[in-house]
Amino acid sequence: MCGLLRAADLSFAYGAAPVLRDISLEVSRGAFVGVLGPNGCGKSTLLKLMAGIVPPQGGSLLFDGEPVSRIPRRRLARRVAIVPQETHPAFDYSVLEMVLMGRHPHLGAFAFEGPADVVAAHDALAATGTAHLATRSYMTLSGGEKQRVIIASALAQAPDLLLLDEPTASLDLGHQLGLAALLRDLNAARAVTLVLATHDLNLAASVCSRLVLLRQGRVLAQGPTAEVLTPANVQALYDVDADVTFHPGAGHLMVTPLRRHGAQA
Amino acid sequence: MSWSQRPLRSRLVVVLVGFGSLALASALLAPLVGSTHVSLARALDRSIPFADNPDAQIFFLSRLPRVLTAMVVGAALTTAGVVLQAMFRNPLAAPETLGVSAGAALGAILAIVLGFTASVGPFSPVPAASLGGALAAAVAVYLLASAPRRPLSTTVLLLAGVTLNALISAVILFVQYLSDFTQSFRALRWMVGDLDVGGYVPILAALPLVAVAFGLAARIAAPLNLLTLGGDLAASRGVHVEQTHRVAFLTAALATSAAVSLAGPVAFVGIVVPHLVRLIVGVDNRLVLPASALFGAAFLVGCDLIARTIMPPIEIPVGIITAVIGGPFFLWLLVRNA
Repeated sequence: MCGLLRAADLSFAYGAAPVLRDISLEVSRGAFVGVLGPNGCGKSTLLKLMAGIVPPQGGSLLFDGEPVSRIPRRRLARRVAIVPQETHPAFDYSVLEMVLMGRHPHLGAFAFEGPADVVAAHDALAATGTAHLATRSYMTLSGGEKQRVIIASALAQAPDLLLLDEPTASLDLGHQLGLAALLRDLNAARAVTLVLATHDLNLAASVCSRLVLLRQGRVLAQGPTAEVLTPANVQALYDVDADVTFHPGAGHLMVTPLRRHGAQA
Repeated sequence: MSWSQRPLRSRLVVVLVGFGSLALASALLAPLVGSTHVSLARALDRSIPFADNPDAQIFFLSRLPRVLTAMVVGAALTTAGVVLQAMFRNPLAAPETLGVSAGAALGAILAIVLGFTASVGPFSPVPAASLGGALAAAVAVYLLASAPRRPLSTTVLLLAGVTLNALISAVILFVQYLSDFTQSFRALRWMVGDLDVGGYVPILAALPLVAVAFGLAARIAAPLNLLTLGGDLAASRGVHVEQTHRVAFLTAALATSAAVSLAGPVAFVGIVVPHLVRLIVGVDNRLVLPASALFGAAFLVGCDLIARTIMPPIEIPVGIITAVIGGPFFLWLLVRNA
């Protein structure tokens, strides 16, 4: 395994407010990395940097050995895709149209999709279990369906690296587990490298092989999930006393929050 | 197979043939209707000398320039509307939003009030002044929205346009207040929107601007689709967001300037037509742009036909007809979206 994405002393600020400071991390090819941390810790900004949406202001961020900010946008978009927290199109696109828009970086000058692009879109719909929605209006879908369709459109982009920003934030329990299974499958069967930003510790524990913990824009800890997901780190991240145990039924670590740190039991 | 499932190429062919036929039919049939009936066969009959052929004279000298003006203005205003609606991610954005129309009006009214109305050769000062006003307003809004070391802000663009509109309207009222009755009436006629440009030269003068606008619009049609999903997602799909915003602004400013300097600020065409078109062809801008341009051309020809024939022998300005049709439609959209 070699590094697909490598950040060294990466920093970023919106105006005078620093968001990320001295971030160093590596995402190996084929890895499934979770980025964990409380609200406002810089998870979304880190993903935006990785997707080339905003340029780094300090340090370096290399994708496949090249600085992300120097890779032409279209070329980067053929290899890196992002699934935002929520996507609200201003116009009423059909699901198939939404997914076909993922093909944009692969299209020629006049941006007309060919049969191969349509095949890729249908393939992505099938992979996310949304083939039956193809002719529906995107706006009329449920939250879980929308999230799957946006993942399908990112898959249609045929990326090596897929970045997901809080993909389960608006999903109910059943859809959360369904999405976790889908992501595991994409990682294993399609060899897509995944970076998942979330504050759902149990989701991360169930799918991620490595974790990066972010607190106030800095890396608190990183490493294999089993080593990093500890009661001490959970307390440092969220100021919460928690019980972290291996759940034999689920097959992964489970975090049970007990009380706010320092509060009376 | 449902419409949105068909390959884009085949949908585009259907759109071009369908809406193209509509525009062509309106161009050929509308000049035949009016206070005097004109026969298309006689008008196109080359065996009769032009001087002895009243059908041809009315067709080519009076009515065709007016119909062609309607087509150019209709196509330009709808193109500007579609581009702005995508850029602002707001289906209610209109060519007037940029403040360009108000700038054009101020230019035209200053020319009228200051007495620069006599044509010099084929060039008349009022359209030239309104074009100058339109472009000056566009530059002002653009500079306000692009502060140094900051990406072009669509929010500032929108607010600056709306503010400039209000500001210039006040100046226009002030100028009107100071001017005499005849000038004031001429200014009013201009502001309602009128397609009677009196020949082919003004159309030919506007065409290069409109052609550039169409060319730019075609280039950004697909990126505009992605922009309607949000700037960050568009950027992650390979769209140069800021560059697309700049090109979109330029497209809308050129198209609006050309249209307004030719015919005055014809109201509501830039909102009504794109919405009708989206109900027919869907929301993909690669289809909405050509369909709106062609349908906009036919729509304005139709509105002008009503304007010319509804109160004979008076020909009322087309802007009144488009506002009477467009206003209620706009309200219906607001209620439907709410």
